Amino acid sequence: MTLPETIPLLGFGWDDLLFMIFAAILVGSALLVVLMRDIIRCGLAMIICFASLAGLYVFAGAPVVAAAQVLVYIGAISVLVLFAIMLTQSKSGPRELVFQTQAFPAAIAAAVLALLIAVTVASTDWLASATRIWTNTRDMATQLFASYSLPFEIVSVLLLAAVIGGVFLAKREKGRAD
Amino acid sequence: MLSFLDNISQSLDAYLVLAGLLFAIGSFGFLARRNAISMLMSIELMLNAVNLSIIAFGAFNPSLNPYASIIALIVIASAAAEATVGLAIVIAIYRNKKTPLVDEYDAMRQ
Repeated sequence: MTLPETIPLLGFGWDDLLFMIFAAILVGSALLVVLMRDIIRCGLAMIICFASLAGLYVFAGAPVVAAAQVLVYIGAISVLVLFAIMLTQSKSGPRELVFQTQAFPAAIAAAVLALLIAVTVASTDWLASATRIWTNTRDMATQLFASYSLPFEIVSVLLLAAVIGGVFLAKREKGRAD
Repeated sequence: MLSFLDNISQSLDAYLVLAGLLFAIGSFGFLARRNAISMLMSIELMLNAVNLSIIAFGAFNPSLNPYASIIALIVIASAAAEATVGLAIVIAIYRNKKTPLVDEYDAMRQ
């Protein structure tokens, strides 16, 4: 059997339904990240947020970036954040007061920012093509390793510097009583 | 019913509004949370929002097509470096001040 072109009763296509599911998971888990009290759960919601973003990257035709998102964000950065949470969470820390006193003005500012971006996006003609373009991975690799090899190498040096700097900053200093 | 949502995944505006929403959520978290690691997680959300908009532009503009993925990959690598150094700084401050809450870091104010 074949599926109908559009979903019965709703009137939009199946890929639109998938896009909306990913978007809803993305926005919902991002809200959980900034609103939940338990910071460990915030970290876990962040993993869901990154996973739905990887799905959206595949939707936008960039499978390599989606794979990098899964490897780097879900595999590395989330684990790093969770370890940092476990290292810095103290039992005596206040768990009831997770927001600053200016949380309400911050919420208003964020809502105004979102509204402003939405209005700007809606009122600008982006000269976009009518359909999505699937990124050709072979083209991308050729460009990355031919024309953009200098930024690529600079990024590797940056990562090395970040690793050494991170170890240096986080290591315990000798000769200090703490 | 709801047929105005037809082809929403084929419009650049939907991706950009989604990215803007994610950026606004991240900025709210950065401004409102007290925990330094929560603020770093909010920064990660904002970086991801920018990445999503870059990918969306690449997906809907043929002249930007392979370059958007390259830029996004470099942004991901830079974000990894930023997260490493940021979390190391938070751990180092925690070791001295015994608290992850940013409003108790007031050594420069006294």
